[in-house]
Amino acid sequence: MAVCVAVIAKENYPLYIRSVPTQNELKFHYTVHTSLDVVEEKVSAVGKALPDQRELYLGLLYPTEDYKVYGYVTNSKVKFVIVVDSSNTSLRDNEIRSMFRKLHSSFTDVMCNPFYNPGDTIQSKSFDSIVSAMMVQSS
Amino acid sequence: MESLTLSDVEQKYYSDLFVYCDVDNTKKVASNGKVLDLFRAAQLSNDVVLQITELCGATRLGHFGRSQFYIALKLIALAQSGLPLRVESLNSVKDLPLPRFVVGKNEQESRHTAMYPDTENQGPYSSVIPRPPGRVPAKKLSTHEVIQPCVSAVEPQPDTTSPVVSPHQSPPTSPHAWRKHKRQASGGAVDRPPAVAGAAWPPFREAQPAGDGMWASHSPPPVQESWVSFTDTPPSSTLPAVHPSSAQESTTVRTVASAATTNEIQRQASGYEDPWKITDEQRQYYINQFKTIQPDLTGFIPGSAAKEFFTKSKLPILELSHIWELSDFDKDGALTLDEFCAAFHLVVARKNGYDLPEKLPESLMPKLIDLDDSAGVPESAPEVGFSSSPVEVTPNKSPSMPSLNQNWPELNQSNEQWETFSERSSSSQTLTQFDSNIAPADPDTAIVHPVPIRMTPSKIHMQEMELKRTASDHTHPTSPLMAKPPELSEEKKLAAIKFPGSTVGDGYSSSDSFTSDQEPISSAVTRQRSHSGTSPEGLKAVAPPPPPPRPHASHSRSSSLDMNRNFTAVAAGTQQQAGVVAFPPAVPPRPLPTQTSVPHGHRPVDGDGLPAHSSTSPQQMPEQPNFADFSQFQVFAVEQPVDDGDTQQDGGQVEKGVDAAGAVRATKNDTQAEERTPATVNSAKGSTPLAPPPKPVRRRLKSEDELRPDVEDHPQKSSVVPGVLATQASIPRSIGKDKKAIQASIRRNKETNTVLARLNSELQQQLKDLLEERISLEVQLEQLRPFSHL
Repeated sequence: MAVCVAVIAKENYPLYIRSVPTQNELKFHYTVHTSLDVVEEKVSAVGKALPDQRELYLGLLYPTEDYKVYGYVTNSKVKFVIVVDSSNTSLRDNEIRSMFRKLHSSFTDVMCNPFYNPGDTIQSKSFDSIVSAMMVQSS
Repeated sequence: MESLTLSDVEQKYYSDLFVYCDVDNTKKVASNGKVLDLFRAAQLSNDVVLQITELCGATRLGHFGRSQFYIALKLIALAQSGLPLRVESLNSVKDLPLPRFVVGKNEQESRHTAMYPDTENQGPYSSVIPRPPGRVPAKKLSTHEVIQPCVSAVEPQPDTTSPVVSPHQSPPTSPHAWRKHKRQASGGAVDRPPAVAGAAWPPFREAQPAGDGMWASHSPPPVQESWVSFTDTPPSSTLPAVHPSSAQESTTVRTVASAATTNEIQRQASGYEDPWKITDEQRQYYINQFKTIQPDLTGFIPGSAAKEFFTKSKLPILELSHIWELSDFDKDGALTLDEFCAAFHLVVARKNGYDLPEKLPESLMPKLIDLDDSAGVPESAPEVGFSSSPVEVTPNKSPSMPSLNQNWPELNQSNEQWETFSERSSSSQTLTQFDSNIAPADPDTAIVHPVPIRMTPSKIHMQEMELKRTASDHTHPTSPLMAKPPELSEEKKLAAIKFPGSTVGDGYSSSDSFTSDQEPISSAVTRQRSHSGTSPEGLKAVAPPPPPPRPHASHSRSSSLDMNRNFTAVAAGTQQQAGVVAFPPAVPPRPLPTQTSVPHGHRPVDGDGLPAHSSTSPQQMPEQPNFADFSQFQVFAVEQPVDDGDTQQDGGQVEKGVDAAGAVRATKNDTQAEERTPATVNSAKGSTPLAPPPKPVRRRLKSEDELRPDVEDHPQKSSVVPGVLATQASIPRSIGKDKKAIQASIRRNKETNTVLARLNSELQQQLKDLLEERISLEVQLEQLRPFSHL
């Protein structure tokens, strides 16, 4: 149920970002960018604990009047950000988690591809299909 | 342009030819190259050809569009029939035979050298015009063969950019400089590879003469031809036979390709085959390539090696990446033989112009079947192939990919059953197996018994210990003792617990361990002391190697002597006895009730101590005196168990503290006692987490110990912890087995650790609360001051 899905690299530049095209894409890009601050804050907050204890799913980063932003960070500091429309029936936390899980597993598949150089934009069709599935579900 | 009406057959034929000629896939054919070749193949004089060209308007346009091409073909047919070339006759002549194109070997060969070997196609040239399209959907088309109607390998993919044609283009760029098989000029169909072609050819031949239909789905096998160029493969030897063409054996690849094509043709003749099937020759070729990278056929090719290999194909990285995604079925970053063949097959297809499928064709799905027996024999019943599937597979490798069908068009005819499922299942199995390999972590050794513990981990440990004890020993009573310690974690209960615990422990110790197990006690004590590392006291020979020295929160310090003393003292206390009495019957898991009762019982004894103690935090100051007293006991109780090696200093200190620094000490003792009691109670095992607190406690304990002998009337001193410790000590001793003792001590230590950890957290919380209270009180004081001044 996402209206926008983004994968941000460790250095905080986007590896993959895709929005429901009907809407203003620039707005989502900006939203994702600002959400990185929240991600950093959450990550550093837990940073004092052992890395093992840090959970990958960050949860709701911040809600706005129109949508909510959820975050997920991997152990390699790659961040996934999902923006969902608030008008949709609120998705349960589990659903968001499962979406992130799928993203993560698809991302690892992309990483395993020897032809993919870490740091490149993700141009994998399978990854695209998974993201499309997530976005189609939503509005 | 004059309108042109074509019969169905003609339409098909022409479209195939057009596709064949349309190498650039631009839907228009340049008026040279293939078209000219084609026209020449029609065995018409150049003049006629020129005339035809003009008539169809190609000269006007400069190239052959589809319509022009068709017209030209029709005119060719006219010419071949001996009819005058006239536009009007295009539609008027009925039953015009299809134009025949005879491609001379020479031409073919020359062309072939540049293009993929189209073995089969060549063969039939002479005799069988309509090459069995089935042969190779793509292959055949490689160049001239296509010329023949049957070549219509294009047929199956009219939509594609004449895959047949395109391969021709790509060959030059094919990786590893694929050499095209030379079209073997195999004379006619005869040359077909005996095995494969043989059977297929005849039918083809027959069909072809009919001229219709041979357009069996040729799926673009061009790929096969192209891939062949990778290396020479043995199978190629068989192929030559098949290849009617190619004089030059530039590469075995060709042979392979030809064989493949043959197979394909046969296949196609039989029916529409899965275009993504891999022919035997191809498979063998792939296997050989695999061997160059990884000699072990059952091994993996790492991603990096595969990347280098496929990069040579000069396909764009994006496409290679996509191919990898498709072929790496189990997503492990390495390619098995099957996966490698699939990847290779896809690369070849792509090189030949076929678009990559969105998902892996079933025939390319890796299978678990072992590929060792890749006979690479073309004969693999190509015919069999027919239905593509099992046939191919069976002869050769069981593996998945079977067959050949050269039809690769994106259409995956997935009928090919086989492998897909097996492979999937296998891979899924492997995946699942992998998952299942993740065995659950071993349960905590400390938790030996699934005792329905109520709450705190200390309890669990206590229970375990109890169980152990019970199992190993009779020390039943210890369980209540043990149970109690967990309870002690709560501050309020600490005091109470201590007393009852101590009493109980004392009682028991006195009764059990004390009397019977002096040694165990001492040993346990010593052990515990060793944990605390502070017990220089008469440590009796500790049977097992002392566990890591950790300050036992419990009565570790009390070397049997002290403990004994305490116990005796405790025993003397009536209260304790009462408590003791109360305890034994108490069910281990429910120490609370007993404990709670005990405190009550003790309250009267302790008087203000307990209440003072409990309310110590908020009212430490005012009640310090009482507190102090109480703390003494508590300290003793706590310290004793906790402190193995604590000297008597603490006891002495306690005494002094009680009187003088009462308040401070009291508080400290309280907290520490509280800390200790739970700790001691719990497991009397030095807990690392509580190392700091126990230390001061230890000192106190020492002082208290000193006091203890002096203060015999501190039954509470015995505290649960000491009692527990004693019992604990006794247990191992009673067991008399090093291992058990060690295990028991380990467990106790763990329990102690947990208890102490909890205790620590609780104490910290208490500390916070106390600080807050203090602040609030200070504020109040501030507020009151002005008034007072006023």
